[in-house]
Amino acid sequence: MKEPSLKDTSLGMMLVLSSTAIIVGAVLAGFFQLVSAKIEANRLEEERRAIFAVIEGIECDECYEVITKDIEVDGKVKPFRIFRGHDMEGNTVGYSFIAEGPGFSAKIRMMVGLNVVPDTLSGLRVVEQIETPGLGDKITKEKFYSQFKGLSVKPEIEYVKNRKPEKANQIQAVTGATISSRAVVNAINKNIKVVLKALEEEEFKQSQIEEKF
Amino acid sequence: MAKRTITEEFKKGLWAENAVLRLLLGMCPALAVTNSAINGLVMGLASTFVVVCSSTMVSTIRRLVPRQVRIPTYIVIIAGFVTLADLFLKAQFPAISKALGPYVPLIVVNCMIMSRAEFFASKHPLKPSMADALGTGLGFTGVLVVLGSIREILGFGSIFDIVIMTEEAFTPWVIMILPPGAFLSLGLMIGIINHFTELRKKRSGI
Repeated sequence: MKEPSLKDTSLGMMLVLSSTAIIVGAVLAGFFQLVSAKIEANRLEEERRAIFAVIEGIECDECYEVITKDIEVDGKVKPFRIFRGHDMEGNTVGYSFIAEGPGFSAKIRMMVGLNVVPDTLSGLRVVEQIETPGLGDKITKEKFYSQFKGLSVKPEIEYVKNRKPEKANQIQAVTGATISSRAVVNAINKNIKVVLKALEEEEFKQSQIEEKF
Repeated sequence: MAKRTITEEFKKGLWAENAVLRLLLGMCPALAVTNSAINGLVMGLASTFVVVCSSTMVSTIRRLVPRQVRIPTYIVIIAGFVTLADLFLKAQFPAISKALGPYVPLIVVNCMIMSRAEFFASKHPLKPSMADALGTGLGFTGVLVVLGSIREILGFGSIFDIVIMTEEAFTPWVIMILPPGAFLSLGLMIGIINHFTELRKKRSGI
C-alpha cells in the first residue's frame, strides 16, 4: 500500500487551506490598494455631477462649497454635508444635500437641490438604488425628476396615485412603483427639516460676520 | 472516456454541454440579471473571466490540494477572482457595476464555475482546463446575451439601449423585465431547443 503523503494528513489540509487563504487575501489587499483611489474618485465625481445637476446656475467647476454640520438624526449626532452652489461673484444660487432612505429592495441615496429661498426644490438625482428594473427604477428617469423642480416643501411633500397632482407640494407616484416613489418623498421630507434648520443657523452666522465689517 | 482535443474541449461548452441550456447550471445569474442585453453581456464576461482564472488556478494546484478540503479551497480561489472582477468593474465601469448591483459578488456561488473546477479542472492538465473553462464561459455569455436581448426587446422595445420599437407602436410587456419574464423566456428557450434536438434524433434514428 502506498504511504500516505503529507497532503492527506490533517496538517497537510490545514497548510493547503490556510496558505490558499493567505495568498488570495494578500493578492486582494494589493489589488484593493491599487484601485481604491479610483473607486473613491468615481464616487466623488458622481457626487459632483449630481450637485451640478440639481443646482442651477453654478458658473464654474469649483463654484460650490461643502458646509459640514453636526446634526442630530434619530438621537445620534452625525456630521451632515450641505453643498452651497454659487456664481462667479460668490452669490448663492442654491443648496443641495444627500438624502437617504429605505426603498423597495435596499437603501436609496439621492441628491436633493434647494433653491436660494429654500422652500422649493430645484432638482433631484438618485445616486444609488437597486429598485426593481423597469418599475421602481423609473425613479431615476427624467420624467420623475422633473416633478421635483420647483416643488414646494411646505408643509411637506406629498404624493398622489394615478392622477395629476393638484397642489404645489404634490408629485405623482410612478405607476406600479408607489413604494419606490414614497421612499424618495419620505427621505426628502425626513432630511429637509434638519437642512432648513442648519441653513437658518448658517445664514445667521453669515449675517453676523457681515455686520462686523 | 475518449480523449478529446483542446478544440473539442473548447467547443463542447458552447453548445453541446452549454452550462445554462444543457446542464442547467448557473441559473441564478442567468435569470436575475438578464433584463437587458448589456447586463447579460457584462455578467457573462465577468463570469467567463472568473471561470477561466479559477480553472487555470485549480488545474495548476490540482496535485497539491487534498481531496477532503478541495471544495473550500476552490471556493476561496473563486471568491478571490470574483472580488478582483468586482473591484475592477467598480473602478473602470462604475455605471455597469451599479446596474449589476449585488449580482457580481454572487458569481462566487455560480455553480457553473464550481462545476468546471470540480468536474474538469481538478482532473485535467492546464491547457484542456483553460479551453474547457473558456468555452463554458463564452457559451454562458452567449445564452445570457440572447436571453437579455429577448427580454429587452419585449420589455423595453429596445436592444443594447437602441430603441427599435417606439412606445406608440408597441406596448412594452413589463412582465418580461420582471423575474417571471426570466422564467418564461428561459423555460420556453430550453423547451424549444429540446424539442428540436428530439426531432433531429428521431429523424437520424429512422
